[in-house]
Amino acid sequence: MPVKLHVDKISLSFGGIKALNEVEFQVNAGEIFAVIGPNGAGKTSLINSINGFYHPQAGAIIFEGSDITHMPPYKRAALGISRTFQNIALYTNATVLDNLMAARHIHMKTGMLSGALFWGAAQREELAHRRRVEEIIDFLEMEHIRKSIVGTLSYGLRKLVELGRALALEPTLLLLDEPMAGMNIEEKEDMARFILDIHELQGTTIMLIEHDIGLVMDISHHIAVIDFGVKIGEGAPAEISRDEAVIAAYLGEEEH
Amino acid sequence: MANIHPAGVFDTTYEQDMSVDRTARDKLWKNLAFVALLLVPLASVSGPLELGWISDQYVGLIARISIFVIAVQGLNILVGYTGQISLGHAAFMAIGAYGSAIMARELGFSFWTALPASALLTGAIGLLFGLPSLRVKGFYLAMATLAAQFIIPWVLRYPLEDLTGGPRPLSVPAPIIGPFVAYADDELTDGEPFAFQAGDPYFVDVISLELTDATAYTVVELVNPAGDVLPYGDVSMTVSRDSAGNITRLTYIASKAGEYQAVVRAEAGGSFKAVVRRSKALSFATDIAMYYIIVPLAVLLMFLARNIIRTRTGRAFVSVRDNDLAAELLGINVFGYKLRAFFLSAVYAGIAGCLLAFERNSLSLYAFELDISIEMLAMLIIGGAGFPLGAMFGVTFIRILQEAFIPFLRPWLADFLPQLFPFVDAVNITSAINPIVFGGALIIFLALEPRGIAHRWEVLKAAWKLRPYAY
Ligand SMILES: Nc1ncnc2c1ncn2[C@@H]1O[C@H](COP(=O)(O)OP(=O)(O)OP(=O)(O)O)[C@@H](O)[C@H]1O
Ligand SMILES: [Mg+2]
Repeated sequence: MPVKLHVDKISLSFGGIKALNEVEFQVNAGEIFAVIGPNGAGKTSLINSINGFYHPQAGAIIFEGSDITHMPPYKRAALGISRTFQNIALYTNATVLDNLMAARHIHMKTGMLSGALFWGAAQREELAHRRRVEEIIDFLEMEHIRKSIVGTLSYGLRKLVELGRALALEPTLLLLDEPMAGMNIEEKEDMARFILDIHELQGTTIMLIEHDIGLVMDISHHIAVIDFGVKIGEGAPAEISRDEAVIAAYLGEEEH
Repeated sequence: MANIHPAGVFDTTYEQDMSVDRTARDKLWKNLAFVALLLVPLASVSGPLELGWISDQYVGLIARISIFVIAVQGLNILVGYTGQISLGHAAFMAIGAYGSAIMARELGFSFWTALPASALLTGAIGLLFGLPSLRVKGFYLAMATLAAQFIIPWVLRYPLEDLTGGPRPLSVPAPIIGPFVAYADDELTDGEPFAFQAGDPYFVDVISLELTDATAYTVVELVNPAGDVLPYGDVSMTVSRDSAGNITRLTYIASKAGEYQAVVRAEAGGSFKAVVRRSKALSFATDIAMYYIIVPLAVLLMFLARNIIRTRTGRAFVSVRDNDLAAELLGINVFGYKLRAFFLSAVYAGIAGCLLAFERNSLSLYAFELDISIEMLAMLIIGGAGFPLGAMFGVTFIRILQEAFIPFLRPWLADFLPQLFPFVDAVNITSAINPIVFGGALIIFLALEPRGIAHRWEVLKAAWKLRPYAY
């Protein structure tokens, strides 16, 4: 399998805090790759570095063979990297539909002038993308809330809408930062099913951060463990659950 | 904003769901309103039908409201939709106004080319003053745009004084279409006065003199009905010269009724060939004619803005406003869209400025000071920032307040306010009535309906459409 993403020994610090310390791993195209680790381990910082919000002081981010370390986030989005946030960053005053339409930006062409006239091509484009967005809404089973204002929705639904928005970019690498945090069992199961479906139907490479170890073991192909900004283990789920260092740092702590 | 359907109306296609007018009735109302607006001048006292149903002052009032609706809609794009701030909007209007006036006066541009050219010029300068938005937001950005409000009028007043007239009023020619009907050609001889009659304010006479084969220095004298010799700098006159400085062509638009005279004289011993050609052009020198440029243009620009807002660019603007981090993640070049908003906003300001110049025929820098920038922001807030009709509601409300309501209340306020503030000189109070009422209205809106009239309007419209079911 070709390498989709290569995180090449990146280090990131904030003042005295070393959030990431020479972290290195490779994500193969088409796999579900999980990153686990205790609170404050540096997982979100890792996603922020991959998507361009943070700039590691050392190391490189290689996406599909090209170095994107110094690329601004909006260009990385256009390359096919999309993400969700641990603490949700939706447009709360807009409808679900509008949130997803906004995410069609990179796939649309209409500029200011043709948009102003709203003739021919601009109108057809608007329509085509509206259809695509409706497909995503159907896929995530959110038809009933498509015209709801996001701010009025429950936390679990917002997480789902955010996944929908990330999908509307039609990414080839999807970064999910704790997509199931704060959900009830039923919502978690739905979310897990959606993640598997996205992977299966669209062949999207998925990088997942999640605290629910059982779930991570179930759905991921490969797992990296970080603690205090350092990668302390990596391997298939079965290997990870046997790894001494991992158990000491993380799994062990979960078990009492 | 979720679109609210009238009870019983359901969308069956996405086209229908995306359209601005949901039902045939929505569309009908809008068209009726537009037609009514177009009929106003016809029903006015000096309208061509001489109906006299509406006072002339309303024709000018609606035209001026429309100009400011254009300007404030520009501000709405920047402030309401993109979430940036500008305290320099009036200065951008000044660029449109002085830019188009100078293009018409000095470069011989017609109104029709000066309008888009000055709009683009203003857009480019708006872009320049939008550059600080790369680094700063909110208060600091406000300060950066305030710099525009001080720099631009200063540049117009001092370094460009030769072109703008500095603090003195600058006159601007009326827009014309044409000249397109030539109706007479005559040859002129040395010193022989040539007289012609001009009359119609709409279909004006254009006289153009062509001089060839001059062997000595020649002068051309044009005398208007009042008996004044018109200076070469007159705004209705364009003069071309050859490399030796001799006049080769002179064109004059005679918009005043009466007899004009043209005389060509050569220095002793000189000779020349002069041909005078008279033709007709459609002129927009009157308030009523300008109304038919300004009002449809305002409607068109509102329509274009509405479309920009509901398509890709507008969604990017709103994304930048609501969460710029998330916008970046969606592949939106945040800085690029901020600049687009500054550009578009300045283009609207430039168009409004140009219209103002040609509507008044006379320009003064006092019309573009800081208080006007702030007044436009207040209009936007009162009307509803981030709503498609916010600018229209805000400007109309404030202008009616200023031009109809305050004059009506003035005598009463002049009595009442000095009793309320006995410690202030009564003379000062009377002169402060305007700002007091304006400020009062702003405070009331900020306290009671900070989202503005447009929001109220949408709530009311929704309630009306949902009848007979209240919920
Ligand atoms: N913008 C920032 N400024 C300063 N410190 C930061 C910043 N972002 C992260 N950190 C620090 O970096 C370290 C790693 O944080 P990060 O959010 O990446 O952890 P995490 O693994 O995602 O934790 P959690 O499981 O709680 O989400 C923490 O010590 C955090 O305080
Ligand atoms: Mg985190």
